[in-house]
Amino acid sequence: MFMRTAWLVLRKDFAIEVKSLEVLTTTLFFAISCVLIFAFAFVKNGQAPEDAAAGILWIAIAFSGTLALGRTFERERYGETLRALLLAPAPRPALYVGKLLGMLALLGVAELLLVPLIAFLFQAALFSRPLLLVGILGGGTIGFAAVGTLFAAMLVRARSRDVLLPILLYPITIPVIIGGVRGTAALLASPVDEPSAVMWIGILTAFDVVFVTLSLWTFEPLMTE
Amino acid sequence: MSVDFTSVQLLDVSRHFGRRRALSRVSLSAASGDIVALLGPNGAGKSTLITILATLATPTSGEVRYGDQPAARLGAALRIRIGLLAHELHLYPELSARQNLAFFAELYGLDPRTTVDAALESAGLADRADDTVSGFSRGMRQRLALERALLHGPRLVLFDEPFTGLDDRAVGIVADRLRALAAGGAIVVLATHDLDLADGLVNRVVLIRGGRLLSDEVATTGLRARYRALIGAA
Repeated sequence: MFMRTAWLVLRKDFAIEVKSLEVLTTTLFFAISCVLIFAFAFVKNGQAPEDAAAGILWIAIAFSGTLALGRTFERERYGETLRALLLAPAPRPALYVGKLLGMLALLGVAELLLVPLIAFLFQAALFSRPLLLVGILGGGTIGFAAVGTLFAAMLVRARSRDVLLPILLYPITIPVIIGGVRGTAALLASPVDEPSAVMWIGILTAFDVVFVTLSLWTFEPLMTE
Repeated sequence: MSVDFTSVQLLDVSRHFGRRRALSRVSLSAASGDIVALLGPNGAGKSTLITILATLATPTSGEVRYGDQPAARLGAALRIRIGLLAHELHLYPELSARQNLAFFAELYGLDPRTTVDAALESAGLADRADDTVSGFSRGMRQRLALERALLHGPRLVLFDEPFTGLDDRAVGIVADRLRALAAGGAIVVLATHDLDLADGLVNRVVLIRGGRLLSDEVATTGLRARYRALIGAA
């Protein structure tokens, strides 16, 4: 029942997105714009400052992710459909998991575009250790989306939700973003600093376990008025 | 766990939002077959009462019992017995009527192949089943939302202003539907400002104002005069 509910929510969000393409296009447009602006600012004569690519990758993920979180839950506010979901005889944390999986899929698509774009514009060797890169991106994205999905759901009825979401989200997810940046920078070092990258993947995994567990635990009481 | 009940009771229920008292020590009960009208001016606490009955909010103090069990003990299994049609329609405008109903049918563990077509027929939307809801009139959305709320055959049916945006014919259809639900053993609780419509439809009238229960009585004709007398006197 739990995973079936999560799957139904994910499938519904996917069906809406296929029809509107609203969240996907705005997220990708914002992420690409962000990277292009940094590229124009930092890349001189084909050379970018050391580790800039790592920071810019995670800034683009965090900013475009915040935009996507807001838009995804705006949909549930219109028509108060979030209340209809909460009224369903399904475990309420399953609704959270469905929404989280949707966010992960969306950020995954954004990263598929961002990573080659940054590698090209900043001449960054992001693909030198593809498995480690996947580990760092996966670990960081899960941690960021886990907290973001919880906060976006909590704020769905708040009047100033667009302002409150980043104010609440960034301080809590700073450890994840730092982990993502340092782990990615370790991959860009010459030679690649594999032990550091593996250590950051471990730290990010620990954050993910804590954030996902806390979110599952608090979702129902936080969503009940 | 299967849950069923034939009565709902609110025992001294209060609900505060910060310093504001939305409900203050409200006690009432409703049984299978009842159509209970919740009447009162704007901000009286009708929607808060409906939200608490729907388990979407918890009382600050007091208890709600479904049959002889409190809501907290029944959990998710209770929610399959509750249907809610609120002022907002709980529909996804980007999806078609069929997709909306199929999604909620599956969420309630129903087979969409056996439930969705019947619901579309009841809503009078069989020929618009694959059109997106964003293209529907308010009345069409309201009919679809009604079927969505009743898809799983709930025991406790909660309506918050169900007649908004409906033409006379549609109002008649919804009123007949409410009577049929009550005759079938459902407990219907209806928050409305439409006194003329409630007159003759409901069999119990609960008047609230400022979060306090003013009266809970058997419905008689002349509801508007009674409402004026009580609300004006309060």
